[in-house]
Amino acid sequence: MFAPGTVVRVKRDFPEMRGRCHIRTPHYLRGLDGVVERPLGAFPNPEDLAFGRPAAPVPLYHVRFEQPALFGEGRGGDTLLVEIFEHWLDPAPAAGAA
Amino acid sequence: MDDAPPPATHDLGGASRFRCSPVDPTDDAPPDAFGKRVDALRQIVARKGLMSVDELRRGIEALPPEQYHALGYYERWLRSIAAILVEKGVVDAKDVTP
Amino acid sequence: MAAPPSAESIALLERFVAALKARGVVTEEEIATQIARTDRAGPEIGARMVARAWTDPAYRRLLVEDGTAAAEAMGVSMAGAPPLGVLADTDRVHHLVVCTLCSCYPRQVLGYPPHWFKSSAYRARAVRDPRGVLAEWGTALPEGVEVRVVDSTADYRWMVLPLRPAGTEGWDEARLAAIVTRDALVGVALPRAA
Repeated sequence: MFAPGTVVRVKRDFPEMRGRCHIRTPHYLRGLDGVVERPLGAFPNPEDLAFGRPAAPVPLYHVRFEQPALFGEGRGGDTLLVEIFEHWLDPAPAAGAA
Repeated sequence: MDDAPPPATHDLGGASRFRCSPVDPTDDAPPDAFGKRVDALRQIVARKGLMSVDELRRGIEALPPEQYHALGYYERWLRSIAAILVEKGVVDAKDVTP
Repeated sequence: MAAPPSAESIALLERFVAALKARGVVTEEEIATQIARTDRAGPEIGARMVARAWTDPAYRRLLVEDGTAAAEAMGVSMAGAPPLGVLADTDRVHHLVVCTLCSCYPRQVLGYPPHWFKSSAYRARAVRDPRGVLAEWGTALPEGVEVRVVDSTADYRWMVLPLRPAGTEGWDEARLAAIVTRDALVGVALPRAA
């Protein structure tokens, strides 16, 4: 579980390059750091539901990102809030260690 | 993320090809009769446990890119619902082949 | 603008529905009932929720903490619907809702999503150029207000609780609800007293 305020890194993974899949983590966030705003409960994994497979509940988080960091444009201070499943998140390496 | 593989067709967040496409706030008519019928059909088959929303999305995401962009919103839905229900044996492929 | 469906799509739909009927999966009556039910939901429901939140602090708390319960408290059936999340604007943060992957939308309280919400342009640009998108509605935010784009990627459906505009002091709920438009509930526009 990630507590609110935890800095997390979205996995830099591209399952869509490996064949049929259904994922809810937008491409534009892969590999980026965000801050857990709050947990949103747990929901059956859509990656399994999409293929009619048994789907275990996975914790879901609202994660906040700095908007300008995403595309190298936009206004400083603007942010983005996105629902991301726990298996797509890792704790971000400590600042300076990345 | 310069060396990232390209996003899937439906994964449109930040897509450069639409960067200069205007959004038209007046383009807000409700769905036409065709759209409402497809929409209703989806809700009915979902309620009957024949197909989940994640399966609907997976079916839409499986459309070839040129079809994805050429088809209207509910035209995509219709092709996805038909493909998923064929896959599950609810209808036959010949029922939905031109 | 939304193009009409092709003749091929119309024929496909009728063939498909005929096959479903023949197998006892759906009836014409079920389809008609479902369309009528879906047509009953519209942005006036979300507008009434916002107006009540503006005048009733206890309801506002409920709305922000549990949008689903707050919708049900207004008589909306949320059974089987995804949970409703409510994004409360402040004088420092303005929320804008998009679904970049498909078209997730709080249909129980706003009705069918408008065509622009489902357009590739909106889905692509809202996360990259949110202020440019807002400008297409003529929406400019006061200096110092942060734009917080909410990309609706998973199990919640999100609605914005906008700030009550100045000049509405003493208005009753019905009058307040009338200025809360669908676009304000998505965050592309702001409610105006005029």
